[in-house]
Amino acid sequence: MRRGDRPRTTRSPAEGSLVGSMDAIILQILNGLDKGGAYALIALGLTLIFGTLGVVNFAHGALFMLGAFCAVAFSRLLTISERVRDESVTFFEAYKEIPYLTLWYGDTGQAIVDWAVPLSILLAIPVMLLIGFAMERGLIRFFYKRSHAEQILVTFGLAIVLQEIVKYFFGANPIPMTAPPALAGSADIGALFGMSNISYPMWRIVYFLFSLAVIALVFAFLQLTTFGMVVRAGMADRETVGLLGINIGRKFTIVFGIAAVVAGLAGVMYTPILAPNYHLGMDFLVLSFVVVVVGGMGSLGGAVIAGFLLGILQSLASMTEIKAIVPGIDQIIIYLVAVVVLLVRPRGLMGRRGVMEA
Amino acid sequence: MAIDTSAWSRRRLLKTGAALGAGLATPHFFVRNAWSQDQAFCNNPTGGNVVLGFNVPQSGPYADEGADELRAFQLAVQHLNGEGDGGLVKTLQPSSLKGNGILGKKVTFVTGDTQTKSDAARASAKRMIEADKAIMISGGSSSGVAVAVQSLCQDMGVMFMAGLTHSNDTTGKDKRRYGFRHFFNAYMSGQALGPVLGEEYGKDRKAYHLTADYTWGWTQEESIKNATEALGWETVQAVRTPLGAGDFSQYLTPVLNSGADVLILNHYGGDMVNSLRQAVTQFDMKNKQVNGKQFEIVVPLFSELMAQGAGEAVKGILGTANWDWKLDNEPSKILAKSFGEAYGSPPSQAAQTCYVQTLLYANAAEKAGTFYPPELIKALEDFEFDGMGNGPTLYRGSDHQCFKDVLVVRGKENPTNQFDLMEIVKIVPRDQVTYDASIFGGDLGPYEVKGCAA
Repeated sequence: MRRGDRPRTTRSPAEGSLVGSMDAIILQILNGLDKGGAYALIALGLTLIFGTLGVVNFAHGALFMLGAFCAVAFSRLLTISERVRDESVTFFEAYKEIPYLTLWYGDTGQAIVDWAVPLSILLAIPVMLLIGFAMERGLIRFFYKRSHAEQILVTFGLAIVLQEIVKYFFGANPIPMTAPPALAGSADIGALFGMSNISYPMWRIVYFLFSLAVIALVFAFLQLTTFGMVVRAGMADRETVGLLGINIGRKFTIVFGIAAVVAGLAGVMYTPILAPNYHLGMDFLVLSFVVVVVGGMGSLGGAVIAGFLLGILQSLASMTEIKAIVPGIDQIIIYLVAVVVLLVRPRGLMGRRGVMEA
Repeated sequence: MAIDTSAWSRRRLLKTGAALGAGLATPHFFVRNAWSQDQAFCNNPTGGNVVLGFNVPQSGPYADEGADELRAFQLAVQHLNGEGDGGLVKTLQPSSLKGNGILGKKVTFVTGDTQTKSDAARASAKRMIEADKAIMISGGSSSGVAVAVQSLCQDMGVMFMAGLTHSNDTTGKDKRRYGFRHFFNAYMSGQALGPVLGEEYGKDRKAYHLTADYTWGWTQEESIKNATEALGWETVQAVRTPLGAGDFSQYLTPVLNSGADVLILNHYGGDMVNSLRQAVTQFDMKNKQVNGKQFEIVVPLFSELMAQGAGEAVKGILGTANWDWKLDNEPSKILAKSFGEAYGSPPSQAAQTCYVQTLLYANAAEKAGTFYPPELIKALEDFEFDGMGNGPTLYRGSDHQCFKDVLVVRGKENPTNQFDLMEIVKIVPRDQVTYDASIFGGDLGPYEVKGCAA
């Protein structure tokens, strides 16, 4: 295609290509926001764990993956089915499966099955909390005093074990999950901006709003509760808080559980966007670490801002106009940003002095 | 006396020497071929068994196809050994198959996981050849993998009966003497699909390609581009996406605002399931109007397995296929029944191609009367056969590509049962998709190679 020969969409010819690229930019920003939501939630948990426990948790991506599989498991529970002979297949004995919920409760049962993903949050919260406690008490606490390299090795090993367990039970293939019918499809959100022709998948908007809500809850918990205050104090100076007679260790176990729940919920709600497989965690882990580093080790606000920022940059870099100038930029943009940030601001965007600098 | 003896002895010595020399040389001269057939080729089976190596993706974006291919291989091995209902062993025409293994040896097999990665696939093929003594490698589901393994097999002197691979390169620029492909290719898809796209969507269309960024994607993009541009379509943009990207939203987002009114997804397997589901169920593209026309999505290479994975999203989507279990011919029905009874679902096109390849290998060995690869290759080159479900089929000698009818298929709007997900729109005759082997270049290489026995 020649330059300046930009194809037109349904809008009237009077509108210029500037409007066209505005649409495209808004769409990519939206796309970056839902991706960024996932990055921010994972990075938030990572930072929380790092800031409180001083542990670099390479198993955090696996927690995201486990969350996604909570949704899969819950939807499998809801769709426990009766095997019925499929009479419509005549050339061999075929069977089809009809969920008991549908058999027993008809449309109400089917509606519950359809809303499996959001409903599985109810299962994911206690399960992820338990997994978080078990991980911290069972393994990670023995590595508080060890070097970061050892922590990375042991948590990375744990991540591999967890993903192999999931592979054993759920197989290697991605498992497609569907959003509730009411939230599937796309919504015309152009009206909000006074523009036409901008429609975006509804579930992705839901995901973005959900991630904002979870982030707000975590911040509110840390800022507004006594527990949060103690945790923040512990993050700033663990020793002094301990000297005040507060059992900071127990508090930090709970923090680990909360971080696991945050990552898990991010995973649950992500399943309709991307069919989960056992490897999902690893795909997000590396990105989330870059997010944490760009945001600044130990800075919760930095993690959130960097999460959204990198999501948006990644989406914008996929625009054909930008790829025409720098081919392949969509594949490396995140790492490029990380390099630049580390060169210009070695502590990250909002990093604190003294964190990981000893 | 001494002189006499010496003269006699010398003559006798010369005679004896010549006779001995001739005696030693002659049998060797006559049996050299036989000797090399018996000994000096890679993994010549010596016991009562012959080992086949099935190298399929058991993880990665093509794992579904791989699992189905493995089922087909197991069924083919059973049928070759005279177990089960015999399947297509009975229908191949002309056939040298006896139903007692291959050349009287019981068929056994080993499997490997290609992980849909060329290096992993080569490593597992090498292991099967060196450690498990596999005499033939089959499998696929990725052309990148097929091309890499095919070249390894040529070097090692082991036959490669490609499974699902659709890139033009497999039997084009990267063709090898030891490799044979039963599956059709991207060029044939373009030739078959182009006219149907013209009839269904008109001549004035603007296409946007999303393409898996490796050999298969590139050749399919090129083939479909050529076919649609010949109709008068304009190609607005062709964007490469990494294999196994998972979330394609950042590549789908610009499509509707690009001015294109057709999206062509040069994706396969899990990638296609993800990109198509995201395009249809999340971005709602099928319900959009662009340029005053209904927005359309085309998936040039289609399969029932992907249709199952993508669910509702496949309805009304046009594409091509190598084979479909619903084809109205006796061999297809026999295979669908046999496979269905064994595994509870009809075979995919990937499964059919792997099943047929295994039988064709066995048939070539029976026909040649040996496992010696150069003789098998000659038995397969220009082999014309029928009875495998695709109608009359030719294994062309000049590039080892199969020529047979190509199916244009569409995701069915109202399935009559859980497996009835695609309808056959058109059966494009073989002569309409046949091309000159020289257009893709490449060189098959020699029959005789040092191989792993050297």
